[in-house]
Amino acid sequence: MPDPYTLTLPITRAKLASLRAGDEVMLSGPVYTARDATHARLVAEIAAHGGVLPYGLDGQTLFYAGPTPPAAMRPAGSVGPTTAKRMDAWTPPLLLAGIVAAIGKGVRSESVREAFASTGSVYFAAVGGSAALLATRVSASTPVAYPDLGTEALVRLDLVDFPVVVAIDSCGNDLYAQAASEWRRALAAFDTAQQNGDPR
Amino acid sequence: MIEVAAIADAVRRAISLVAVELRPDALVAMETALGVERAPRARRVLEQLIDNARIARTDCVPLCQDTGTVWVWLELGGQECVSGDIYAAVDAAVADAYRDGALRMSVARDALTDRTNTTDNTPAFIDITFRPRSGATVHVMLKGGGSDNSSVLEMLEPAAGMEGVRELVLRTVSAKATGACPPLVVGVGVGATFDKVALLAKKALLRPIGEPSANASVAAFERELLDAINASGIGPAGMGGDTTALAVNVLSAPCHIASLPVAVNMGCCAVRSVSIDVV
Repeated sequence: MPDPYTLTLPITRAKLASLRAGDEVMLSGPVYTARDATHARLVAEIAAHGGVLPYGLDGQTLFYAGPTPPAAMRPAGSVGPTTAKRMDAWTPPLLLAGIVAAIGKGVRSESVREAFASTGSVYFAAVGGSAALLATRVSASTPVAYPDLGTEALVRLDLVDFPVVVAIDSCGNDLYAQAASEWRRALAAFDTAQQNGDPR
Repeated sequence: MIEVAAIADAVRRAISLVAVELRPDALVAMETALGVERAPRARRVLEQLIDNARIARTDCVPLCQDTGTVWVWLELGGQECVSGDIYAAVDAAVADAYRDGALRMSVARDALTDRTNTTDNTPAFIDITFRPRSGATVHVMLKGGGSDNSSVLEMLEPAAGMEGVRELVLRTVSAKATGACPPLVVGVGVGATFDKVALLAKKALLRPIGEPSANASVAAFERELLDAINASGIGPAGMGGDTTALAVNVLSAPCHIASLPVAVNMGCCAVRSVSIDVV
């Protein structure tokens, strides 16, 4: 098994272009937490400011997450991905405005898959339900905007070797659309090989 | 006579425990799954989830950032009396446990008209029922939004039969598993009425993983559903593999001669519940 890629954020779309759906990647560098309420405000601000992203978000990565309060002497509490599909309505305008990647979990709509491909952006999936482990990969937490939203505030998290898998690559390949059928095909091939006495 | 303080105390202890400690049956099921899982990426996901459970327990931090809504099911012996305002006492316990445990406040004031955060994770969602046995049992579950959002309820026609139930469960898993944090515990309710079938599905999630239904034909149906779900290839985290679900728990009940109500309540890999006997 090859070692996972290590990528440093922020990253250009040119560098993201070499990633393919299914690649396992360790991310280091800043990401910005954004859930439903955060997205609604960001998109409203973009519309009000002629398509320009606020808070220095141009070229940055969003993390669909709302952490628990800090604990265990760490800068951030437990923090894992929330369901990405809920952000679908707001994702195309954010990618067009300059967000280059997002971290979440679960399938996206067809129009969002196309938006990632047409802008050369990447959707990373983190493992849902592993928030205590993921919190150990956060080195700093800095409030940026919307403190009234509580856990939905826009917060910069600095990641160190944060494990993700490429879920939608810049060509529009979709891990979630492929993974189940690819595994079923691999098993069928394995079974056939066994029946034929292949020592694999 | 049961004091509300005893029930509130059980709720407080339950929340503090399950937020940070994976249900023992879920940890065993995950380790068993790792022993047989064949997909390399799926093995890494399972290892990450087992490691997560260890870190959460050791550091006393939440297993998942979504520390959920609180469901409290209070089962009372038929002769028992409860003194005081049980609803207020449970809500106070929830507020204490979420504040003291540094858990995430995840409740909106009103689904339709006011989505501001209540800031103390109340109200809890409470069911109270009676049973023949004396004493009281407090069941507490923290339910995450991702898995609850992936749940469905359909009123099938009786002609659909077991095959219709099977088709609905498999269709739901296939469409929604990736947002529900697999490996899943799938709770299935069949029967009762529109309002009560969802509660059957939720109660099914309380049954320990690996403990089949006491009804032999239901147990066989559970096994068949689990095998079919795990043949889907969806896998842990939806990234491909053998382990899509750890268990399918089915609860069935009487219903109208015209009806076949079915509810599928998804439980995530951080399934969090405990049942505490009071008195």
